[in-house]
Amino acid sequence: MIDAGVIHTEKLTRNFVSKKETIEAVKGVDIDVASGELVAFLGPNGAGKSTTLRMLTTLLPPTSGTAWVAGANITTEPALVRSRIGYIGQGDGAGHSFRVMDELVMQGRFYGMNSADSLGRARELTKSLDLTSLEKRKVSTLSGGQRRRLDIALGLMHSPGLIFLDEPSTGMDPHNRANLWEHIERLREQRETTIVLTTHYLEEADAYAERVLVIDHGQIIANDTAANLKATLAGDRIAITVDGASAAAASAVVAGRGRELTTTNGSREVTIAGRFDQGTRTLPWLLRELDHAGVDVRAADVRVPTLDDVFLSLTGRSLREEAESEVAA
Amino acid sequence: MTTLVADTRHVFQREISLILRDPFSMIFSLVQPLVFLGLFGPLLAGSVNPAAINGASPLQWFLPGVIVMICLFGTSTTGSNLLYEIMMGSYERVLAAPLHRSSILIGKALKELAPLVVQAALVTLVAIPFGFKLYPVHVLAGLLLLGVFGVGLGAFSNALAIASRKREWMFWAVQQTLLFPLLILSGMMLPLETGPQWIQALSKFNPLTYIVDAERALFSGTFDSPAIGWAVLAAVLTCAAGLWVGVKQVARSTT
Repeated sequence: MIDAGVIHTEKLTRNFVSKKETIEAVKGVDIDVASGELVAFLGPNGAGKSTTLRMLTTLLPPTSGTAWVAGANITTEPALVRSRIGYIGQGDGAGHSFRVMDELVMQGRFYGMNSADSLGRARELTKSLDLTSLEKRKVSTLSGGQRRRLDIALGLMHSPGLIFLDEPSTGMDPHNRANLWEHIERLREQRETTIVLTTHYLEEADAYAERVLVIDHGQIIANDTAANLKATLAGDRIAITVDGASAAAASAVVAGRGRELTTTNGSREVTIAGRFDQGTRTLPWLLRELDHAGVDVRAADVRVPTLDDVFLSLTGRSLREEAESEVAA
Repeated sequence: MTTLVADTRHVFQREISLILRDPFSMIFSLVQPLVFLGLFGPLLAGSVNPAAINGASPLQWFLPGVIVMICLFGTSTTGSNLLYEIMMGSYERVLAAPLHRSSILIGKALKELAPLVVQAALVTLVAIPFGFKLYPVHVLAGLLLLGVFGVGLGAFSNALAIASRKREWMFWAVQQTLLFPLLILSGMMLPLETGPQWIQALSKFNPLTYIVDAERALFSGTFDSPAIGWAVLAAVLTCAAGLWVGVKQVARSTT
C-alpha cells in the first residue's frame, strides 16, 4: 500500500467511446481520503462523480491511472477491494421479485458471513432502519423511501469500514432524507466508518460533509471544507433595489465596495447585486451611504453564500439551475 | 475453487428462493411439460413411422426430447431475468459484492435447471403407465449431461442479456431467432431421418442434435452409443464457451 489513506488515487482516468467519439468522463483525478472522513463529491449530472465512484468500487476499470481503496489496488486486486467496501448505487439494490429479508440474508452470505450471523445482522438493520414490518414483503411492493432504506441496509450488511453512496437521497422526501442522514451520522459516531458519497444536493454536501470535492467536466476544481470554500470562493451576496431614477447614483456608491456586480432593470426599479466582504456589516453602511447620496432605496437583501455560489464562482454556471432544468427535461 | 463453489451456491440460493417462495410458478412449470406430452405425444404416435424410431414406444423416443426442450426454454430465457435486474439496479449491487464472476452465471443457470430435475422426474413417472420404460441411472446421467449443457446455454443467454441491456427488445429478437432453428434442427420434436438431406446436413452443426441423440440413447437404457461421447463433448464445449463469453460480458457490463 502506498500510504495510510483509505483512498489514494493517481491520475485516475476514464474515457468512454461513443460513436467513434472519445468522451473524457474523468480526467486524471488525484484523490486522498483519510480514515473516518465524510467526503462528498459535488457536481452537476454528467460531471464524472458517479464514474469516479464506479472506478473506486471496481465496477468500472479505469482507462489509465490507478487507485488504492481500503488497502488494495482496484486494478490488480478488485475482489479484495470489493470485500472491504460497501456500495450503495443509484438504482434499487434489492431485486424486485425477492423478499426483503431474503435479500438481506443473501447479501451477508455474498460477503462470506455465515447464515446465523447474516440473519442476526439483517434483523439488527431492519430494526434500526425501520423495516421490521416489511421483512416478508416482496421488494416490488415497497415504497420509494422504503426501498432506499433497504438499499442502505444491504450496503451495511457486512459492516464495511468504507462505504460509497451514489446519490443516496435522490427521490427521497425531506423526512426520509433526514432519517437517512441520521443513520449515516450514527454510523460515523459508532463505528468511525469512512463515507464517500456523490450528491447534486447542495444543502446536503453543505450540512453533512466534512470535505467537499467539487467536480466538473471530469476534473476536481475545488477541494476543501464547505465553510472554507464559501469564504474563499464566494463571499456574501447583497442585492439592493432602488428607484429607477437614482440608479446611476446608487451604482457609484456600490461600485466602491462590491465585486461581480450585476444590474437588473425592472419596470420602474433597478436591482444592483454583487459580492461583498462581511455582508451583514456592509449592508447598514451601504444603506447610510446611499441615503447620503439621495438614493431612494426600496428593498435590500443580504444572503450568506451557498455551495451553489461556490460553483457559480468556479464555473460561471449555477448548479441549481442545471439540476432544475434536468428535472424539467 | 472453494470460493467459486460457495459463491455459486449463494447465487443459486438467492435465485431459487424465487421459486420456493412462489409455489404457483412451480406448479405451472410442472403442468406445462405434462400438457405438452399429453397433446403432442398422441399426435406424434400416429404420424411417426415406428421403423424410424427402431420400433420402441413413441414415448421412449419423444420424452427425452420434451425434457431437452424444457431445458432449452428455461435456460435460454434466463437472461430476461438478468435484463430486468440490470434495469432495476440489483445486478449492480450483486456485481459490487466479492462474488466470483462465473458464479453469478452458473448460479443463475442452475436455478433454471433445478426445476428441470423435478419436471423430468414427474413427466417420467407419468409416462410409465403408458409404456415408457424407466432406466434410473441412465436418466440421471442424461440429466447431468443436460445440466452441463444448460449452464453453458444459460451463460450465453445472460451474455446476450448484458449485450442488449441498452435496447431490451434485442434480447427477445435474438433469442427467438436462434431458439427455433436450434430446436427444429435438433430433431427434438420430429425425427430428422425422414427429412431432406440439407436439413440432416445442417443438423450436424447443431450441438443440440448430439445432446438430443444422446438423451434418447440414455433414456432407452444404453450407454453404448457413439452419440453420448459426442454429446459430452458438445455439452462441455457449450458450457466452456458460454462461461467464457459470459464472464467477458460481465466484466464489460458496467461500462
